Amino acid sequence: MSIAHDIQSNRLLDTEIDNNFSDMTPPLTDKQVLVASERCLFCYDAPCIDACPTDIDIPLFIRKINTGNVHGAAKEILSANILGGSCARVCPTETLCEQACVRNTCEEAPVEIGRLQRYAVDRLDRSLPYPFTRESDTGKHIAIIGAGPAGLACAHQLARNGHQVTIYEAAAKSGGLNEYGIALYKLVDDYTQKEIEFVLEIGGIEIKYGQALGRDISLKQLRDQHDAVFIGIGMSNVNALNIPGEELAGVEDAVAYIRDLRQESSLANLPVGRRVIVIGAGMTAIDIAVQSKKLGAEQVTIVYRRAQSAMGASLHEQELALKNGVNFVCNAQPTQILGDDSGITTMEFNRTELDESGKLIATDEIISLECDVVFKAIGQKFSSSPLGSDDKPTLDHRGRISVNENYQTSLSDVFAGGDCINGNDLVVEAVDHGNKAALAIHHQL
Amino acid sequence: MKKNANLACEFIGIKSINPFWLASAPPTDKAYNVIRAFEAGWGGVVWKTLGEDPAPINVSSRYGVHYGQNRQVLGFNNIELITDRSLQINLDEITQVKKDWPDRVIIVSLMVPCEEEAWKNILPGVEATGADGIELNFGCPHGMPERGMGAAVGQVPEYIEMVTRWCKQYCSLPVIVKLTPNITDVRKPAEAAWRGGADAVSLINTINSITSVNLETMSPEPSVDGKGTHGGYCGSSVKPIALSMVSEIARHPETSTLPISGIGGISNWRDAAEFISLGASNVQVCTAAMLYGFKIIDDLCDGLSDWMEKKGYNNISDFSRMAIPNTTDWKHLNMNYKRIAYINQDACIGCGRCFAACEDTSHQSILKTGDADNRKYTIIEEECVGCNLCEITCPEPNAIVMKDIDTGLPHLSWLHHPANPYREEP
Ligand SMILES: Cc1cc2nc3c(=O)[nH]c(=O)nc-3n(C[C@H](O)[C@H](O)[C@H](O)COP(=O)(O)OP(=O)(O)OC[C@H]3O[C@@H](n4cnc5c(N)ncnc54)[C@H](O)[C@@H]3O)c2cc1C
Ligand SMILES: Cc1cc2nc3c(=O)[nH]c(=O)nc-3n(C[C@H](O)[C@H](O)[C@H](O)COP(=O)(O)O)c2cc1C
Ligand code: SF4
Ligand code: SF4
Ligand code: SF4
Repeated sequence: MSIAHDIQSNRLLDTEIDNNFSDMTPPLTDKQVLVASERCLFCYDAPCIDACPTDIDIPLFIRKINTGNVHGAAKEILSANILGGSCARVCPTETLCEQACVRNTCEEAPVEIGRLQRYAVDRLDRSLPYPFTRESDTGKHIAIIGAGPAGLACAHQLARNGHQVTIYEAAAKSGGLNEYGIALYKLVDDYTQKEIEFVLEIGGIEIKYGQALGRDISLKQLRDQHDAVFIGIGMSNVNALNIPGEELAGVEDAVAYIRDLRQESSLANLPVGRRVIVIGAGMTAIDIAVQSKKLGAEQVTIVYRRAQSAMGASLHEQELALKNGVNFVCNAQPTQILGDDSGITTMEFNRTELDESGKLIATDEIISLECDVVFKAIGQKFSSSPLGSDDKPTLDHRGRISVNENYQTSLSDVFAGGDCINGNDLVVEAVDHGNKAALAIHHQL
Repeated sequence: MKKNANLACEFIGIKSINPFWLASAPPTDKAYNVIRAFEAGWGGVVWKTLGEDPAPINVSSRYGVHYGQNRQVLGFNNIELITDRSLQINLDEITQVKKDWPDRVIIVSLMVPCEEEAWKNILPGVEATGADGIELNFGCPHGMPERGMGAAVGQVPEYIEMVTRWCKQYCSLPVIVKLTPNITDVRKPAEAAWRGGADAVSLINTINSITSVNLETMSPEPSVDGKGTHGGYCGSSVKPIALSMVSEIARHPETSTLPISGIGGISNWRDAAEFISLGASNVQVCTAAMLYGFKIIDDLCDGLSDWMEKKGYNNISDFSRMAIPNTTDWKHLNMNYKRIAYINQDACIGCGRCFAACEDTSHQSILKTGDADNRKYTIIEEECVGCNLCEITCPEPNAIVMKDIDTGLPHLSWLHHPANPYREEP
């Protein structure tokens, strides 16, 4: 017999949880690095570089590792991507650089670029001077809104160019989703904050916390007080299921739950459902499913309305979920969540199929799954309300901030990048946007 | 391109933004390559060897390879001749490139018959290009010696001295003499160059070699229509030979002040640092660029510059020749020094390579214990002579460490050793 509304803390011992949330991809050993770096062919016009949104010179940094110049390798990485350390840990390399590696062709195994990148960045020699210097003060002052990956990358590049930067951050900590969103086992040991300390060491960057655009400050104010503005506020809304029962206790937003998880000092304290359903098919769905399992949920099921092959999460991520005991139910479209004031018991779905034209349609077949918790992980949405009502940047067809190739918005002194503009919503892309916007601002001023 | 301020240096009065030049070879064959090299950041080039017109003609199928496991190239050889383009085309290109790249070094490599007229004729045109110096190719070991040039000259010290003298006489440019390793004692040609007035020597050129035989056709590689010939071997496997030769010239009293441009198997910044510490003032690279392209200059410069910064060396001359005082003759080595191997069990993977090596071919100093599930190898300290063989053969970088043993005995060389019947009293 199932116990309804089974949501509890302390499903596992602290030690079990610590073990579950340890580094998912542990660092390579020196010997592994020797072998892995040896495999890189130092390709000409290397396809892996094209596949990296920040164009890190991969063959060059790997060669530097291989010749014993690991510090040089780290500099090479960081000069293209100041968050190269977190990217090495969180990038879905199987869809980026490693997917493009020529070693896949005959050996079906790419050079382990991400792990080599991590090895190098972790060994930047701090007894040597900070690897970046600031150009002489330009007297220009730029406001950045949001201290996520996009904002931080933009700030660092501007600071290198000699500008003064103030970051206005709504939260109490910087890092954006690196601090509040990325799965814990990808970024262990408070890596994000250490990395940000390193970013700020360049100088010339001030962060003002608890300053939300639209609440404490307005775009107009910032534009009046600064020579240019960069918006990197990510996405603060989530998509809704729009089905009956969505408002019941036990139906949660995955991103909000992960946010709590990321800030919880004793993970065993977190309330965890016995039977968990995750609605979604992307990275967030996988993350919440795996983390629920690691917290001790007995049964975790990812339900997706299309076929498994259409999932946004890469095969590698799907395998990670399977390895952690997560089930998949595909071709099932949510219809309602059943429960009462005290919680939920069941979620119902219609079986779906594709019609002749390839359109997804619901059939009459009903699938019913018992549950204590339902996580919504069906995508985040940009909220334009912080932009205010007067002069504000125009939005694109997806409702995000519209920018040109220089990451400039419809307001010539306002730039934007990261998740708040259209893209693939990855940390490494946010860094790329931040870098490029900074260069555009620098050239414009 | 990155600038590494601490790499700027001077070689026989020629300023270079870094100590890395491309050696005279296909990478420096024509303006197109040289411009790409300069764009990539190379400090200088020694232009592919020029000769008298008509230019020689090359065969097809020119290189043969010596592979390691996994197809990495340990070395390769070539049967190419000097430039196969006419003298004037080369001189015109050199003039233009030097004009366009004033901060980069261009040295012109030359090889003409061993006759005064030939050298007298070619030198004015070379000097007129604005090049920074000339290098005399006395090293090419294949093809050209059959015509009385290259190594055929380099193997006769008297010829080296004579030709060097002609060059100093008919041309005001600095003269670098490029030496062949295909001789018994490299100090002799170096002395000859010195006597002839050379400003510097460069070494090594390629080594006589046959890289492989095709067992189907029974032809040596590279095979030209079923026949092969010995070629000049180069690449990382020649580095140890080149390093030794450089050190011999640097240590030799007669040539110890003769500047050296080090060449041979330099593939990364460490190799370069080693050549410089053993006597070279700058280095030249050929094979590594031929295998990976010009972009390796980034690693060469950055790696060397960072290492120097870490060590507190402000410029190349700060560590140049620093290993020379530690390079000596066997008879001066301390016979009371003792080191033995130590196996770090945590890093050992139990392959037994060290055992096979020591048991079969060295001093039976490794003990095999344990069972099939747990093979254990330990050093028998009393037996170990500290030969390093087990450490060399071990696949794990940290499994075998050679440790210094304090014998408490004073320094004692063979020169003064009681077992030496000809010992000198201290
Ligand atoms: C659960 C989850 C897992 C993910 N996993 C990965 C992964 O493994 N790998 C990967 O590459 N990507 C992953 N992503 C995506 C990645 O986190 C984002 O693409 C990236 O963080 C975007 O960076 P950003 O700077 O644009 O925005 P954010 O990281 O969202 O940062 C925005 C910043 O702006 C601040 N802010 C918001 N509104 C305001 C305001 N009004 N005023 C002032 N400040 C404001 C926020 O507090 C935050 O600091 C994941 C995302 C989620 C949700
Ligand atoms: C294909 C080839 C052609 C060469 N041609 C010349 C030449 O014309 N003149 C010369 O002085 N050396 C020539 N060399 C020798 C190189 O300059 C260099 O001395 C040698 O290759 C050793 O250096 P490395 O191990 O870095 O290649 C040639 C080498 C190669 C591989
Ligand atoms: S594609 Fe692969 S082998 Fe080629 S440079 Fe990139 S990592 Fe190295
Ligand atoms: S490298 Fe290959 S393609 Fe190029 S000339 Fe030589 S044989 Fe021909
Ligand atoms: S060769 Fe090295 S790894 Fe192999 S058994 Fe000996 S010590 Fe161990």
